Amino acid sequence: MSMTPRDEADVAEAVRAAAARGEPLEIRGGGTRGIGHAVRGTPLALSGLSGITLYEPGALTLVARAGTPLAEVEAALAAEGQRLPFEPWDGRALTGANGAPTLGGMVAVNASGPRRIQAGACRDSLIGVRFVDGTGTIVKNGGRVMKNVTGLDLVKLVAGAHGTLGVLTEVAFKLLPVSHRVATVVLDGLAPEAAGRAMAVAMGAPYDVTGAAHAPAGLGPGPVTLLRLEGFEGAVSHRIAGLTRALAEFGPARVVEGPGDWAALRDMTLFAGRPGAVWRISVKPSDGPALGARLGAAGAEAVVYDWAGGLLTVLADEGLDMRAAMAGISGHATLIRASEEAKARHGVFHPEPAPIAALSAGLRAKFDPKGVLNPGRMVPAPALV
Amino acid sequence: MRMPEPDPGVIARKAAIVARLREAAPDALVIDAPEEVRAYECDALTAYRCPPLAVVLPASTAEVARVMRACSEEGVKVVPRGAGTSLAGGSLPTEDCVVLGVSRMNRVLEIDTANRFIRVETGRTNLSVTGAVEGLDFFYAPDPSSQLACAIAGNIGMNSGGAHCLKYGVTTNNLLGVTMVLMDGTVVEIGGAHLDAPGLDLLGVICGSEGQLGIVTEATLRILRKPEGARPVLMGFGSNEVAGACVADIIRAGVLPVAIEFMDRPCIRACEDFAHAGYPDVEALLIVEVEGSEAEIAEQLEKILAVAERHAPEVVRESRSAEESALIWKGRKSAFGAMGQIADYICLDGTIPVGELPHVLRRIGELTESYGLAVANVFHAGDGNMHPLILYDANKPGDLEKAEDLGSDILRLCVEVGGCLTGEHGVGVEKRDLMDVQFAREDLEAQLRVKDVFDPRWLLNPAKVFPLPASEGRRAA
Ligand SMILES: Cc1cc2nc3c(=O)[nH]c(=O)nc-3n(C[C@H](O)[C@H](O)[C@H](O)COP(=O)(O)OP(=O)(O)OC[C@H]3O[C@@H](n4cnc5c(N)ncnc54)[C@H](O)[C@@H]3O)c2cc1C
Ligand SMILES: Cc1cc2nc3c(=O)[nH]c(=O)nc-3n(C[C@H](O)[C@H](O)[C@H](O)COP(=O)(O)OP(=O)(O)OC[C@H]3O[C@@H](n4cnc5c(N)ncnc54)[C@H](O)[C@@H]3O)c2cc1C
Repeated sequence: MSMTPRDEADVAEAVRAAAARGEPLEIRGGGTRGIGHAVRGTPLALSGLSGITLYEPGALTLVARAGTPLAEVEAALAAEGQRLPFEPWDGRALTGANGAPTLGGMVAVNASGPRRIQAGACRDSLIGVRFVDGTGTIVKNGGRVMKNVTGLDLVKLVAGAHGTLGVLTEVAFKLLPVSHRVATVVLDGLAPEAAGRAMAVAMGAPYDVTGAAHAPAGLGPGPVTLLRLEGFEGAVSHRIAGLTRALAEFGPARVVEGPGDWAALRDMTLFAGRPGAVWRISVKPSDGPALGARLGAAGAEAVVYDWAGGLLTVLADEGLDMRAAMAGISGHATLIRASEEAKARHGVFHPEPAPIAALSAGLRAKFDPKGVLNPGRMVPAPALV
Repeated sequence: MRMPEPDPGVIARKAAIVARLREAAPDALVIDAPEEVRAYECDALTAYRCPPLAVVLPASTAEVARVMRACSEEGVKVVPRGAGTSLAGGSLPTEDCVVLGVSRMNRVLEIDTANRFIRVETGRTNLSVTGAVEGLDFFYAPDPSSQLACAIAGNIGMNSGGAHCLKYGVTTNNLLGVTMVLMDGTVVEIGGAHLDAPGLDLLGVICGSEGQLGIVTEATLRILRKPEGARPVLMGFGSNEVAGACVADIIRAGVLPVAIEFMDRPCIRACEDFAHAGYPDVEALLIVEVEGSEAEIAEQLEKILAVAERHAPEVVRESRSAEESALIWKGRKSAFGAMGQIADYICLDGTIPVGELPHVLRRIGELTESYGLAVANVFHAGDGNMHPLILYDANKPGDLEKAEDLGSDILRLCVEVGGCLTGEHGVGVEKRDLMDVQFAREDLEAQLRVKDVFDPRWLLNPAKVFPLPASEGRRAA
């Protein structure tokens, strides 16, 4: 049995009824899911809440219902020469799922791609939400304007909450114009440690680098370090020259015009179809290469670096706990693809210190007192462990 | 404006409470003499004043924690304070509260250009954060006009913005982590030099929480490499409407300047008299700034000027030197001070969808006339954050109330056209009673619940942000 409400009022009714019966719900966007622990609950599909409700290119703002397919939004924006700044990924290649990613799912997991280091995360572009909390009450926060500090910022709180604080029904974003020209400065053959330093040099140069990644293998015959520049024609030429000069100590650089490998990096297609667990680890960029070396020693099959070295996507045997390699390094590791058994063994989300865990549990108890919204997705229910 | 009755029990126990604070934090400055606590009786919303029971100025996070534990055990309310430049009464004390100020905690703890962050104690002023990394060619992006005085503590409290946030975002987009002390004295570390939260995004709700959730004592902030250059251009127009339309067209053209600032005639005049910035004598003025190398600046300005030409500007003037650029910005950043020379004023801070600019400016004019008052407009036009300054005479009985009523009407108008009550100054006490205009009871209730989790006894920064009736039951409990 599953439910497909047609509008926000329907969602509220469904949640209210579920809360009254104490029956958990499993919130579904495009179902390209796979992140988080499995939820035993009645599926609540958001596909009925679809469509852009407001798009003002002159104000760089878009509002849409949470079930709207991401592809539909991206097409509408492209027609006006605009885009979502944070470059959300498409998880289908990696997870092998075949639904269509939705805006709600993207926000619920705070999905941000390579441009995150320059343009911020999904939550930074999110300016307003409407959601239904665990009692079936409709709540709005933020709005459709870019600057808004009216009251507490629940927008960021529900972004990345994986549906555990509320069912998103409508989301609003600020947008950016697309770039006229995209080019990638490529350094070949660097070891991760040197690549890390090269990316730091690039990020510390005044050229507004919008992507800094390193793939030891898979994107070329050998390791490649990619630095993306975007902007007007002349600006990109100027920056290519400046960046190449700044990176001279790392050997000759090539320039690739156009979108290059960024979509592949964003969607982690390198690990598509390859067996094993996939981890996503966020650390201070300069800790990345050293952590990568530790992960390799601990048995990781492959590590790809994004976010100037601060984001490691790791492919490893399901039996291995990659988190264990992080001792003494601050940051967090999320197990983004694995069997339920491996998820239960390692835990999907990084353990939090007690006072933080207590605050988070307190918030969940307030927003979802009956525990009906994706229970166990972020913090596994005892029965599932 | 109504404030809750002070707790007579707390006031009666003043001597004991002060003694306990001194014992809890021997290295802190504890101020309790009536003539000395007066210095803390208000913030930049000077129309409202109330001397606190006592003021504590600790020198470390550990000391803040001990003070908080003591206050919590004594059931004493705490008002967090940075530099006290809030325009919303965010750090206005109550008679029965302890003001906890972080002004003595202003050290730089770590500078890391390779990872592009700085870690500071939050009493440090905004400008001196940039000051600490300027020599390394880096800067901290959020730049409120009050940046010389305001502290990172208050910037986080209010999620402050600045003239350049069109490109760089506001405080929340540049905040990577905090050390925060909860009301019961628990110290929590949230975020850090890495990106994103492992679980719920607590940092996101802490930023802009106006001292409702805890005392932020340390912060990890994003720093950025300074651009190669920057240049503002002044564009004067014959009417507010035309200038407003030009802003929307610049944005549509796919150029993203770092700043688009707007001033109307009364404001231009006042700023020119005050700062001698060389502003032209026009109805409406835009300051548009772009960044990059010489060639990049030229490329962007060419596109911007092409758009502007379609709106027949009366004046277009590019800055030709660093001195000229500094002067142009000095004029803009001294707008509030300049208006202060002319009259008393209330500074509003609503945001509207950019497309509504012409309509809203016209309506503000009509409303102002109907009240028999005067308004000067200066604002961040790129993002629709307006700052109408309502001029009044504090010595004229009833004039402040009239100005406040006009202010409320203008903010209602902002909400009506799809905007909000405050874009960067915060709610404080000033907009507290207007929150019902923007939020339904359920929307507010959701916010109150967050406060319940962080500060279950509602001792932190009482009677702010939420309308008094909405928080009544909780504050009394
Ligand atoms: C390279 C890569 C990295 C990834 N990294 C991560 C990661 O770090 N963290 C992560 O979580 N996922 C990650 N993903 C997978 C991500 O879950 C999907 O790519 C996609 O965002 C899900 O969109 P969807 O609409 O299919 O949502 P679904 O798969 O249907 O749902 C995603 C999650 O959001 C919830 N949800 C969906 N809609 C709503 C709504 N309207 N309101 C409330 N909750 C809702 C669901 O219950 C589920 O928990 C990654 C994928 C790739 C390829
Ligand atoms: C002339 C002038 C120009 C201004 N221009 C701008 C502008 O351009 N943009 C803008 O956004 N604002 C502007 N402001 C408003 C004001 O400067 C900002 O709100 C600023 O961030 C306040 O900082 P502060 O340190 O003075 O904070 P305070 O006034 O001391 O406090 C502000 C709020 O933060 C809370 N707080 C303080 N310290 C802490 C702490 N350690 N932990 C938790 N909460 C805390 C307080 O309780 C209060 O609610 C201006 C003000 C003036 C007077």
